[in-house]
Amino acid sequence: MSLPTQNAIDCDLHPAVPGVKTLLPYFDEYWRDAIVNRGIDRLNLDITSYPPGAPLSGRADWRPARGNPGSDLDLLRRQALDTFGTGCGILNCLHAAQMFHGEDMAAAFCRAVNDWLAKEWLEREPRLRASIVVPTQNPELAVEEIERRAADRRFVQVLMLAGDEMPLGRRHYWPIYAAAERHGLPLGIHAGSLYRHAPTPGGWPSYYLEDYVSYAAGLESTLLSLIAEGVFVKFPRLKAVFIESGFTWLPACLWRFNKTWRGVRSEIPWVDRPPAEVVRDHIRFTLQPVDAPPNPGQLERVIEQMGSDELLLFSTDYPHWQFEGEAALPAELPRHLWRKILIDNPLDTYPRLSEAARQASEERLS
Amino acid sequence: MTTELRERHGATAETRLSVIDCDIHPTMGSLSDLNPWLAKRWQQHIVTYGEFVRQGLSKTLSHPRMQPAVSRADAWPPNGGLPGSHLPFMQEQHLDPNGVVYGVLQPLRPNGNSQRNLEFGAALSSALNEWQLETWTRRDKRLKGSIAVTQEWPEAAIKEIERHAGNRDFIQVSLPPRSDEPLGRRRYWPIYRAAAEAGLPIGLHVSGVNGHSSTASGAPSFYIEEHHNNVQSMQGVVTSFVLEGVFEEFPTLKLVLIEGGFAWVPALAWRLDAHWAKMRNEVPHVKRPPSDYIREHIWYTTQPIEEPEKPEHLIDLFEWIGWDRLLFSTDYPHWDFDDPHTVFKIRIPEARKRQIFRGNAERLYGLG
Repeated sequence: MSLPTQNAIDCDLHPAVPGVKTLLPYFDEYWRDAIVNRGIDRLNLDITSYPPGAPLSGRADWRPARGNPGSDLDLLRRQALDTFGTGCGILNCLHAAQMFHGEDMAAAFCRAVNDWLAKEWLEREPRLRASIVVPTQNPELAVEEIERRAADRRFVQVLMLAGDEMPLGRRHYWPIYAAAERHGLPLGIHAGSLYRHAPTPGGWPSYYLEDYVSYAAGLESTLLSLIAEGVFVKFPRLKAVFIESGFTWLPACLWRFNKTWRGVRSEIPWVDRPPAEVVRDHIRFTLQPVDAPPNPGQLERVIEQMGSDELLLFSTDYPHWQFEGEAALPAELPRHLWRKILIDNPLDTYPRLSEAARQASEERLS
Repeated sequence: MTTELRERHGATAETRLSVIDCDIHPTMGSLSDLNPWLAKRWQQHIVTYGEFVRQGLSKTLSHPRMQPAVSRADAWPPNGGLPGSHLPFMQEQHLDPNGVVYGVLQPLRPNGNSQRNLEFGAALSSALNEWQLETWTRRDKRLKGSIAVTQEWPEAAIKEIERHAGNRDFIQVSLPPRSDEPLGRRRYWPIYRAAAEAGLPIGLHVSGVNGHSSTASGAPSFYIEEHHNNVQSMQGVVTSFVLEGVFEEFPTLKLVLIEGGFAWVPALAWRLDAHWAKMRNEVPHVKRPPSDYIREHIWYTTQPIEEPEKPEHLIDLFEWIGWDRLLFSTDYPHWDFDDPHTVFKIRIPEARKRQIFRGNAERLYGLG
């Protein structure tokens, strides 16, 4: 019997850099010296958004015997790809590179992480693809990094965190979006924060659980910013993928956005149609965490309220703990959506995946 | 937009209504209106230094609103004052024709809750409470006040609550969702103890200047975003109250979220439950699923009414949140006023409608 997820495209896998030392071969001489001389290679660069020991950051049965969850390719291959019959999986590396205040150090780390991903992961496992990690601290350097990696078609997306220095719709970031659009790379916006600002409008919460829950609000604000600033008017071929964002909050967000827009649309005249329509054309959401309602029928109702069957992209969020066993597809998920979510929607979202799929089928035919 | 609302109103004005409006904004001409209740020092302070808050503009928000005085174009009283400043006009335009049996006052300025000088803030809060009594509640028995407090100085806030606790002209304690720290944190607990002991709910109307931006990525560019982000403020408040264990400590405490919407509540509760289940060892004081506390302790005002793309989905929301948790409000005289005659775009069973218009608020606030 084949698995329901056979040949699925998993749009959110998290590889972890085992430590700064692992990256040393991927720095140029200046940075290698600097990192060793300053002792940065001995620092623990765990990020606040995903404490490696937290239950969420690594499902118990997905934790390696040694090292951080997600740091072992063989485990990922077996647990995330083989188990689900995954056809293709996208690596989203959440790394300290994005946290540094110094732009040059950030850019050097991003280069190292991307080259390490290509060498240690993509070359060793043909089912894997990756997102380009970029130094958003300086859009010019971020564009350089996109240009440097874009020729490698195994990089299928540009990765940012929702919580950045500024709301992501701001023109400051537009050079990044221009480059992404030019290369057919969606913009992957992942839950989490650089913590340049308090994570809630009411200040700094006490608990990690509280922060994690608030990441959904961060994504909601990001959605507002992208639409209100006119990012998709300026870049009509650009798609954004909200990763690990949850999605059950979306209907409420769209209703309010549409309503407020009807009242004050003169403030953003370039948004010339209801925001919900723009969202449905340009923004996608990975499946996990589902943050599902408790009662049968409610999830189907929420999906109906989302108003499109094209918005969800399959993800396991491996090695993060979002579900038990192999239940990556929630049982309440309407069956007629399975194929869309598992395969069709991801292919429609990531041009570089459909290009690879087309190539593979042509090879089979010839 | 305003014209359109008025026409719709006119068409159905015959319908007899009986509503408790849980969000009415009374306005003052200038801060000197508070002088009768301010010490000389503070009267002079207002003239010399004015308000001193954590943002670049001292007297208004850095996202200018889309309408003068945030108000309906027809809400300017004939005496030349500001919208919401003249009781006879408020009676004639709103309270009488809309069948308001009780109206809950939410004065937004001055914001004694956001002053960096705490003594000055507490003096403003105190004077604002006297002003509510003198200018509004004593002149129209339908109107009920909200006790303004300076939450960053809990001792002063408690004194203020105790001063008015027995006075039925006040029916709740007012706090700004955007306080200096998330409101569930322990520094604010003495205020909740005082409110719970006085049997007063905590009313949280969108407001507060705390120096934090409305998003985790800093300030948005546009008013449309800042306005929507009121939802995120409310989500932060709910999350903080639940996960800090405030409702375990104060099992009779009630919260009313005012003008923050309600469509987002079910999804937040689901998300909280899902992740609490995995990480409850971080918050052992949270003994039950977060959705339990939300269902038991929190009420929501209806304006601006949620407008699902398919109007019938509003019923889903009422079902998921609980019909007994919604309190009708108009936000008079503000621009996005909800008219009780036209607020619901779908048919709602009469008994349910009565509950939302009046019954729920009667029970919550003990207004009978």
